Amino acid sequence: MAVLECIHLTKKYGSLTALDSIDLSLEPGRIVGLVGPNGSGKTTLIKLAQHLLTPTEGEILIEGQEPGARTKSIVSYLPDREFLPAWMNVESLLYFYEDFYEDFDIARAEQMLESLNIDPHMTFRKLSKGTREKVQLVMTMSRNAGIYLLDEPIAGVDPAARDYILRTIIGNYSENALVLISTHLIADVETVLDEVVFLKQGHIELHENTDALRERTGMSVDNYFREVYRC
Amino acid sequence: MKWTFENGIPIYMQILRRLRTEIASGAYPPGAKLPPVRELALEAGVNPNTMQRAFAELERDGLVYTQRTSGRFVTKDTEVLKNLRKTLSDDVIEEMCGRLIRLGMSRQEIRSAVEAWASANGTEADE
Repeated sequence: MAVLECIHLTKKYGSLTALDSIDLSLEPGRIVGLVGPNGSGKTTLIKLAQHLLTPTEGEILIEGQEPGARTKSIVSYLPDREFLPAWMNVESLLYFYEDFYEDFDIARAEQMLESLNIDPHMTFRKLSKGTREKVQLVMTMSRNAGIYLLDEPIAGVDPAARDYILRTIIGNYSENALVLISTHLIADVETVLDEVVFLKQGHIELHENTDALRERTGMSVDNYFREVYRC
Repeated sequence: MKWTFENGIPIYMQILRRLRTEIASGAYPPGAKLPPVRELALEAGVNPNTMQRAFAELERDGLVYTQRTSGRFVTKDTEVLKNLRKTLSDDVIEEMCGRLIRLGMSRQEIRSAVEAWASANGTEADE
């Protein structure tokens, strides 16, 4: 059964149509890449799933329910910008998350911070930009959520950290969870994806298993993307 | 050894090819326990479902068997392992000869060249 479903989902910003009547059904246990050029509707889709936006027409359902307070308890969301209180230190962020989310695994978070050599007594604001992104991802992946919505999780970090982050994602999602990763850095993520969804000007251009796509086209997902979106 | 993947070939097929070679060469000897799917997926940096698919193919071909509680093991069936080595070596020979023929070598020239290589590079007893 689908855990994330879009039915004729449409979002307009004034005269601009960001998503145009899309139908999409995503199953649990998969890691799905949401790809497309800037302005194709990736972040809009994720924000609709997290109730930060409401549909103009159609609907989006999380485990059969409309997004709201209840669905946020099963969805772990990583925004594409900084969202943690800058004045807190990392340790107090851990307690904050533990109070806030029933499914937060503080021991897992501590262990990940340690392997990334992040000092828990540092104030969030004093960390480097890349380290702040790592802390945010650690927080997001330390929840035992049913759905992870990761909006550009690797854009701001160096290649070695990218590797670590992808391994963190593979190593930490539970087998019945859905992980949706939006990115334009396809080459870096394509080996971890089960499926890929190509967005183009608010439409779904393609939704396919990544190995099936490689077999069918004889190209990597990254090369195929460049073909589809050639300017 | 580091895992690298080529463009345009399904990842599970590339994993399968590598695991078959490791079983044939004895890097995973007969009866050896294979690492858990998730551990090997992490090492290779691939999706666990993709690794699972490669394992399922190995199992279907009888190269690997599952013991319900203790994990996956390489087959001890010497016949199966012999056939695997034969299949893999046939592929290599096919590819090599194809390339040599495209270079303009005749069958006879290839045969003498292989023999010359073998005598220049030691004897069976060295292995």
